[in-house]
Amino acid sequence: MRYIDHQKVIKRMSTRMIVNKIFKGIFFVATLFALLALGVLFYRIITQGIGYLSPEFFMNFGSRFPEKAGIKAALIGSLWMMAVVAPVSLLFGVGSAIYLEEYAKKSKINDFIRMNIANLAGVPSVVFGLLGLTIFVRALALGNSILAAGFTMSLLILPVIIVASQEAIRAVPKHLREASYGMGATKWQTIVKIVLPSAIPGILTGGILALSRAIGETAPLVVIGIPVIIQFLPQNFLSQFTAMPMQIFDWAKRPQEEFQYVASAGIIVLMILLLLMNSIAVFIRNKFQKRY
Amino acid sequence: MASNERTAKLSVQEMIAKQKGKKGKKWLEKAIPVILLIIASVSVLTTFGIVFTLIFETIEFFRRVPFLEFVFGTEWLPFSNNEPLFGILPLIAGTLKVTLIAVLVAVPFGLASAVYLSEYASDKTRRVVKPVLEVLAGVPTIVYGFFALTFVTPLLQQFIPELKIFNALSPGIVVGIMILPMIASLSEDAMSSVPNSIREGALALGGTKLEVAIKVVLPAALSGIMASIVLAVSRAIGETMIVSLAGGSTPRFDGDITDSIQTMTAYIVQVSTGDAGYGTTIYYSIYSVGFTLFLFTLLMNWLAHVISKRFREEY
Amino acid sequence: MVQLKVNNKTTDEIVATQAFTDKKLVYDTQQLNLWYGNHHALKNIDLAIKENEVTAIIGPSGCGKSTYIKTLNRMVELVPSVKTSGKILYRERNIFDADYGVEELRTKVGMVFQKPNPFPKSIYDNIAYGPRIHGIKNKKTLDEIVEQSLRGAAIWNEVKDRLNENAYGLSGGQQQRICIARALAIEPDVILMDEPTSALDPISTLKVEELVQDLKKNYSIIIVTHNMQQAARISDQTAFFLNGEVIEFDQTDTIFSTPSDKRTEDYISGRFG
Repeated sequence: MRYIDHQKVIKRMSTRMIVNKIFKGIFFVATLFALLALGVLFYRIITQGIGYLSPEFFMNFGSRFPEKAGIKAALIGSLWMMAVVAPVSLLFGVGSAIYLEEYAKKSKINDFIRMNIANLAGVPSVVFGLLGLTIFVRALALGNSILAAGFTMSLLILPVIIVASQEAIRAVPKHLREASYGMGATKWQTIVKIVLPSAIPGILTGGILALSRAIGETAPLVVIGIPVIIQFLPQNFLSQFTAMPMQIFDWAKRPQEEFQYVASAGIIVLMILLLLMNSIAVFIRNKFQKRY
Repeated sequence: MASNERTAKLSVQEMIAKQKGKKGKKWLEKAIPVILLIIASVSVLTTFGIVFTLIFETIEFFRRVPFLEFVFGTEWLPFSNNEPLFGILPLIAGTLKVTLIAVLVAVPFGLASAVYLSEYASDKTRRVVKPVLEVLAGVPTIVYGFFALTFVTPLLQQFIPELKIFNALSPGIVVGIMILPMIASLSEDAMSSVPNSIREGALALGGTKLEVAIKVVLPAALSGIMASIVLAVSRAIGETMIVSLAGGSTPRFDGDITDSIQTMTAYIVQVSTGDAGYGTTIYYSIYSVGFTLFLFTLLMNWLAHVISKRFREEY
Repeated sequence: MVQLKVNNKTTDEIVATQAFTDKKLVYDTQQLNLWYGNHHALKNIDLAIKENEVTAIIGPSGCGKSTYIKTLNRMVELVPSVKTSGKILYRERNIFDADYGVEELRTKVGMVFQKPNPFPKSIYDNIAYGPRIHGIKNKKTLDEIVEQSLRGAAIWNEVKDRLNENAYGLSGGQQQRICIARALAIEPDVILMDEPTSALDPISTLKVEELVQDLKKNYSIIIVTHNMQQAARISDQTAFFLNGEVIEFDQTDTIFSTPSDKRTEDYISGRFG
């Protein structure tokens, strides 16, 4: 007894093929939406801001007058902050990753640490700001200084660096470690001479991407109380300072239409900085990808 | 040859033995794991720091504001001179409005992109689209916020005249654009990890690519997809700058998306940029709101973890 | 010429056996048991391995031969759930003693793995890795050690002009000989080989087998192989493992012509495995 009527199947086939083609088109167009959004975003920012990118823009401090407003304090301030974030987050991030991948045995404590890192990754950045306000600004009396902001940002991006470093370390093939141990190398010797050198490209890529996130984060800085009206450059790491996202936030909020263009210009500078960092990361990743 | 090798043979081992005598590197090998453990526990300390900070300051807040008023009150008027009210529901409403709109934007477009990338796209297309998604994900939220305020809102106002300059719709859409890459990329990962053998089996039965994608791959990757959506929701809830710039600062407990709102995150920003002195109730309110926010995202993240664990068990 | 036979062995054979028993033991395994978690992988192993010989370990998949050889240099301990009981005496010292550092053991007992695993470094740096980590820094000394090791692995002439090139540019067979040279660089006493030719082509396999025969003059070699013909070709003694136990251990000729245990005979003749 045959249940499949092959005639009917063939008749339905053409409809199904048409439906397939239609939906392929729908999915494709939907995917284009993302590209479209990005394109419009960039177009707007660039056309609005390019007119304001003069040398004066880079040499002036913030001002009440749009024509006089400049990004110098914010740009330099951001760089000073990154000078804290980079070493701190890399030290604690890579160190944690080495511990978790090379030394930690399966135990409750280590499971707990891993779970913690996963949790931290999902905490909103504004909550990190609250943490920074209580611990770094008040309890440790660092005020709204570069150090306070730098430490807060380091904690924010710590989970990202740990996970990226863990993956880079895990990607080092087991048999390389075995070869090293087989010759009587100690664990630390193997890590320093074999594992880390192979993992460095992955660690750097992840680290740079994490740092580029730290440069663009605004919320923690707002909560810590980073000011916008700064007319001087930082003297040391305990100085007050301002950062690019804060400056852009301030300009964007102002009612005068002129400031919209200034804000766009500021965004262009920020995006160029991000583009630079991401390009370096991609370059490193591509250069060292074909190793095994 | 043999005798040469014999004498040469002893010397390297001798050299090694001499070196071993010199250094006492053993303490280094023992100290390193301890040092690294301390470093690794910073992440744990951070979590404890966040939880304790939020709890302590929230407790202080509840000494000044009744718990029931906070949880069930429908008016959030902290700056009122005669009778400040601290009912959190308006802020939650604001957050929910934005999040819901964001999800309505991000899920269809994100999933469609994921299906296209995973099941249809050629390598060339993938090589163009994936980096675009990565860039979208990397745009700082302040830039998105500016975009929402200066472009999306005016654009929408052309079609919806009742739309005010600050509203829930515009930031909602832009937050959706921001979390779209997350859904697209994580769902695509989930669908890509469905073994090809399953696809081949379905195709061999005469299924079209659409049917295979919708009826076979999507269900198989469902928990991974759902986890990605939950994570994206969590991110939308915690989003701050887009809603600060484009959403306004008017807490309201209703369903209106065309008028100014305030989310939990935007309130914290508002107080932080204002003059609230240390020790005032308003100061402590940012912690109680922050704590509520933290609980929301904690719940969502836990949910995503549970869902994705089930997914990993299937493959 | 008439050969007297005592106990079925000719005088030649008896003389050979005498010489056989005069050699010192390099590894004496006594009642070794090993568990991977709850799985009893090695059961009451007793095995006495002589120096300056090639000892082959054969047996079907999963019989424990790889586990055993990795226990000899305690590499098996890289697996967290491993537990052992019993003794393994390396030159009369129990390797499980608390005061016998595992790194020290591994400087005397080298290992060559199944899949060639050179480091992503230059050929020179691969060979020099061992001496360097054990404190030898003098460039001239290292140059000598590198050349000596590469000669010892019969690959010096092929690579002497490209010592600074990445080892990954070599063929599989060459890489494996680099790994052998790397093991030779710290002048170990014993070389453990875990199926060293199973990933190589027939010509490279032959080259490595010739090398092994040559090396046994100065080193003791223990080689795990799933290729019975290889064991018959290059080894002096052979141990047959089955299900974690040593079934038979004897001169290679004896194992392959007149094995005492039926299971050995069945394996040799291909009835299983």
